[in-house]
Amino acid sequence: MSELIVKNVSKSFDGRKIIQNVNVTLHEGELVCLLGVSGGGKTTLFNVISGLTIPDEGQVFLDGEEITGKPGKISYMLQKDLLLPYRTIEDNVALPLVIKGMSKKEARKQAAPYFAEFGLEGTEKKYPRQLSGGMRQRAALMRTYMFSRNVALLDEPFSALDTITKSSMHTWYLNIMEQIHLSTLFITHDIDEAILLSDRIYLLTGKPGEITQEIVIREPKPRRADFNLTEEFLQYKRLILEKIG
Amino acid sequence: MRKKFQSITSKINTIAAILILLIIWQTVSALGIVPGYMLPSPVQVVKAFIQEFPLLMENAKVTLLEAFIGLACGVSFGFVMAVLMDRFEVLYKAFYPLVVLTQTIPTVAVAPLLVLWFGYEMLPKIILIVIATFFPVTVGVLDGFRSADKDTMNLLRSMGASEFQIFRYVKLPGSMGQFFASLRISVAYSVVGAVISEWLGGFSGLGVYMTRVKKAFSFDKMFAVIFLISLISLLLMKLVDFLQKKCMPWEDTKNE
Repeated sequence: MSELIVKNVSKSFDGRKIIQNVNVTLHEGELVCLLGVSGGGKTTLFNVISGLTIPDEGQVFLDGEEITGKPGKISYMLQKDLLLPYRTIEDNVALPLVIKGMSKKEARKQAAPYFAEFGLEGTEKKYPRQLSGGMRQRAALMRTYMFSRNVALLDEPFSALDTITKSSMHTWYLNIMEQIHLSTLFITHDIDEAILLSDRIYLLTGKPGEITQEIVIREPKPRRADFNLTEEFLQYKRLILEKIG
Repeated sequence: MRKKFQSITSKINTIAAILILLIIWQTVSALGIVPGYMLPSPVQVVKAFIQEFPLLMENAKVTLLEAFIGLACGVSFGFVMAVLMDRFEVLYKAFYPLVVLTQTIPTVAVAPLLVLWFGYEMLPKIILIVIATFFPVTVGVLDGFRSADKDTMNLLRSMGASEFQIFRYVKLPGSMGQFFASLRISVAYSVVGAVISEWLGGFSGLGVYMTRVKKAFSFDKMFAVIFLISLISLLLMKLVDFLQKKCMPWEDTKNE
């Protein structure tokens, strides 16, 4: 079981409130999206969840354990892949294990079986700059997975990719989530992406950012290939645009 | 393929320029436009180089030894300074201006003092080289540490990495490019520093040899030793390039 609960979190910087009274729940195997405009406090919330920022109020729980302000429990992945250019892919994805105190050799061994699952076979000995943007994001996700098996925080992970790569990454991501039983909390400002991927969407709006709406996408997974062309999809989009605007 | 071709053509240009200069120099000397005792011809210089070769090598050994010891101390000292100034903000604020200040002191001016204090042996020479070589390393490496990517460091922090681990996995490897760039400069400084310090007092070394042949007005030998010194610097800089390639294999990979 893995469940992430964010409870009544508020945070100010320099006397300005960024997020206020935010409540988020992520159940096992779910993909939940935080949708909001840029600069709306999404990243602040992520830093609170990953333990890098201590909130003024509120708590974060992972599987019932309080992890507020404790880094080292949940890792995240950003738009930038942040792979270390001087480490091979193998050593990049194994890095979280090395940080936890495992030997380099042991960490490599632990990571090895997952390369196939993440579609990264044959890249073990390559350096990040030898891979395409999409492949690098896969490696970044694999590193996140090596760190925390159950929950992944993704901050606009695909927004730097071109449309075609992005679309294939979406399909790939939904697949791999299924395979490795991952729960995902996903930040985006892309409404289409949110509807396409999510089980539930939280709308984070206003200043300070508050969660004003929770929308459940009732479309079975795996989603149809043309889901984004259906009437239901457009209805969701209309609803979100109304609430956000 | 194309790149290789370009590098060959650019080399051809350089070689051609050098050849033309040498021809002009030889002609000027051969025609007696400049008297031979003031400017020896390239042929005379080569002759002097061959004739004096054993003596030059003997002196070069001393100079190289000084340069190596000085460089090793200077680079280690510079590196440790950079690490400390990166780790402790107080040290950075206190010492960075001082470090810059040491570089405004001309080494030639300090050298006689060092001779006065430490005598004619190796010590003053090594101290001078340390002063000349630590600075590029400190500044370069510190700059490398400080320009480490904030997002990457935060990511590692979120994984529970300690400050030491962040240093080891992000800052240290990230600053290697700057380290080698600084090392290349320091290597050249170390040879020049050794020669300058020998000018001012010593028993052997290329600098001592240089003062001796200058006093004898043997300008052909003078040119031979100058040629040798720049050759040594060049070779050492190439060695640094080679080391860098070995230590940073990821720089050599191509996008696919």
